[in-house]
Amino acid sequence: MDIWHITWFTVATAAFATLLMLPPGLFLAWLLARRQFRGRVLLETLVSLPLVLPPVATGLLLLMLVAPRGPIGGVLERAGIEVVFTWKAVVLAMAVMGLPLLVRTSRAGFEQVDHRYEAVAATLGAGPLRVFLTITLPLALPGVIAGSVLGFARALGEFGATIMIAGSIPGATRTLAVAIYSFAETGRDADAMHLVLVSAVIAFAALGTANWIAARAGVRS
Amino acid sequence: MIALSITVRQGDFTLEIDERLDARITALFGPSGAGKTTILDCIAGLRKPSSGSIILAARPLFDAARGIDLAPYERHIGYVTQDVALFPHLTVRRNVLYGRRDGQKLALTAVTRMLEIEDLLDRRVPQLSGGERQRVALARALMSAPDLLLLDEPLAAIDVERRRRILPYVERVRDELSVPIVYVTHDADEVRRLADRVVVLEGGRVIRAGAPAEVL
Repeated sequence: MDIWHITWFTVATAAFATLLMLPPGLFLAWLLARRQFRGRVLLETLVSLPLVLPPVATGLLLLMLVAPRGPIGGVLERAGIEVVFTWKAVVLAMAVMGLPLLVRTSRAGFEQVDHRYEAVAATLGAGPLRVFLTITLPLALPGVIAGSVLGFARALGEFGATIMIAGSIPGATRTLAVAIYSFAETGRDADAMHLVLVSAVIAFAALGTANWIAARAGVRS
Repeated sequence: MIALSITVRQGDFTLEIDERLDARITALFGPSGAGKTTILDCIAGLRKPSSGSIILAARPLFDAARGIDLAPYERHIGYVTQDVALFPHLTVRRNVLYGRRDGQKLALTAVTRMLEIEDLLDRRVPQLSGGERQRVALARALMSAPDLLLLDEPLAAIDVERRRRILPYVERVRDELSVPIVYVTHDADEVRRLADRVVVLEGGRVIRAGAPAEVL
């Protein structure tokens, strides 16, 4: 039974997807929390779109973008990078679907940071980047961690977009969620139940860790 | 030392000040709502005046006519705000050293000894009393080797008894360091004790200015 391979593959791709969404996610969260600019509402809506759009629809849009003849896929193909129906597609689907949760929760974290700390840091000679790295980000950390874990958890359970651009190839793109569906569909109910149990344990561990970290951060500050 | 000629408009409120602040300690004195903190925010660069100029020792920090508006981190102005705003996630030591500039001559030991906070350096901010926080915030501002020090009612948040205890530290900074201070307060006793010159504000306007003994 390839249960360990599926579990390992899902956790690894979800972790990679979380790392991938952190830089743009934190930038977007900070931008939405701290800056007033034209098109802010539009950006906010675009970022949150995967939350409300059917995941399969998001998957289809992604497929059109990264397919070998799509605008992004074409460029990647010329560079020798194949995305569709590979593990990279799994990571991409996970990252796009997890990003809204990361951005929304981190943004709330940034909004809770009192402007006065940033203002005082600036009078002490710290430029915008140093203020962000030494004041804003550490003080927003509970929100950022909570957002990362939510994004990671969302990535773990990703199904709709994954099935569209990565499919369910055993040993290559099959994640827990996709495998549960495939097993149940082919009558392997016991295997499906095993994977449900594994999913529950991972989700429980991830959320527990997040709450523990948040509680520790709360005690320290 | 600092030539201030600014107008700040916000809704119905208009602040106008045209003063040269060149005493060791200049007190901005007046009731709340007089515009004292607004003036400090403008000098520190946290707020943009509607018009005018702010020149610190021949260096323009702000000049509306010439389009100059230095960012706060380019101004070299120490600012102890009313709420002191110590960074809650850093130790006292890292707070105090946060703004230390390369090649500055002021040593950590000298400042911490002067303000008697040597024993607090490894503490965390939540463990400090109100008076200790004031002294740490003062040390933090001094360690950035500012060309000018702004103190916004550094005693407002603590009770009268503790206020009396921080005054000697402000006097030490005045006497031992050559950094000029602009001190905001609404307490006449503090003005008489600390300031060489006082600017009295009311409703956004300067109504009197001069030596404390003559003005108050």
